[in-house]
Amino acid sequence: MKSIIRFIPLILFILLGVLLYRGLFLNPQAMPSAMIGKPLPDFALSSLKAPEQLVGRTDLKGDIVLLNVWATWCIQCKYEHPYLLNIVKDSRIKLYGLNFTDDRSAALRWLEQYQDPYVFSIFDEQGALGLDIGVFGAPETFVIDHTGIIRKRFAGPINDKIWQKEFLPLIETLEEERKAALANSLAKAPGAS
Amino acid sequence: MNFALMIKNAVNFQKLARYFLSIILLSVLWISHANASPVDTFEFKDEATKLRFQTLSKELRCPKCQNQNLADSNSKIAVDLRKSLYNLLQEGMTDQEIIDFMVYRYGDFVLYRPQLKKQTYILWFGPLIIIIGFFTGVIFVLRRRSKASQLDLSAQEQASLDDILNKK
Repeated sequence: MKSIIRFIPLILFILLGVLLYRGLFLNPQAMPSAMIGKPLPDFALSSLKAPEQLVGRTDLKGDIVLLNVWATWCIQCKYEHPYLLNIVKDSRIKLYGLNFTDDRSAALRWLEQYQDPYVFSIFDEQGALGLDIGVFGAPETFVIDHTGIIRKRFAGPINDKIWQKEFLPLIETLEEERKAALANSLAKAPGAS
Repeated sequence: MNFALMIKNAVNFQKLARYFLSIILLSVLWISHANASPVDTFEFKDEATKLRFQTLSKELRCPKCQNQNLADSNSKIAVDLRKSLYNLLQEGMTDQEIIDFMVYRYGDFVLYRPQLKKQTYILWFGPLIIIIGFFTGVIFVLRRRSKASQLDLSAQEQASLDDILNKK
């Protein structure tokens, strides 16, 4: 009994060491979004390219919707932009932009200069939608499934490595979920199709 | 000659010291200026709302700059969130409603004071348990020590001890 007690400080020290050592490799910036699993809130904002046209949640059509938060004041968005042009070649996804607290003419110039990967961009001058989905900076990318639920939030610029690791597996899962749901609804109502 | 030079040097030195002192003073003043909280030009409907704004912006944490509260931070998101906080207050939301609003969007992370729930029991009660454990340990050890210092003497030993003491 006494010999065990003698080792308690050493054991505590080792446990503390393991805890702190693990902490060295954690990324403090990687925060889970509170919005995961919650539906995308509704909004009524103007489209970036057509100021008179109001867009809302139902305008984000597509089985898998990617909502990319960007702005012209955001340097990392510039870095990310060429890659966005690349990922829209994947026919399974639809990419929409959320132009976040930006200047309309600057944003339009940006799209002209660097090409436009988005189906359309929502113009959120006041950051209202950004606040509603817990955006804290740009770039950020949200993945929304076919039922309109936010499934992922990625903060930071997307590149090839991140796309392969963070997005592709989820897109495949979502595709399967969608197919399963489709098959299910067909099985329930055989005459309806 | 040498003496005059020494005086000159001393005067120069004094000048130099004065320069240094003023530079240090200036930099101190500059630092304290840089640390001042950002000032927004919000106009509140009454003093109570202003006070609530100040309390809430100290309690809410900036999601981007992780070790600053909203009142302290100058980052874009903190400025935006202060503005929304102001709007929510002007709309007449209660403190709890505002906190729920922020937590719904940004998660528990935005609270400097974590809410009391299952996942945070260890945060709230952990220190108390450690303190209680420590004091029980101390009491346990002290008791054992005081018991060990009491000598258990048999009747014979006690008699011989008395004998020795009485002899003196």
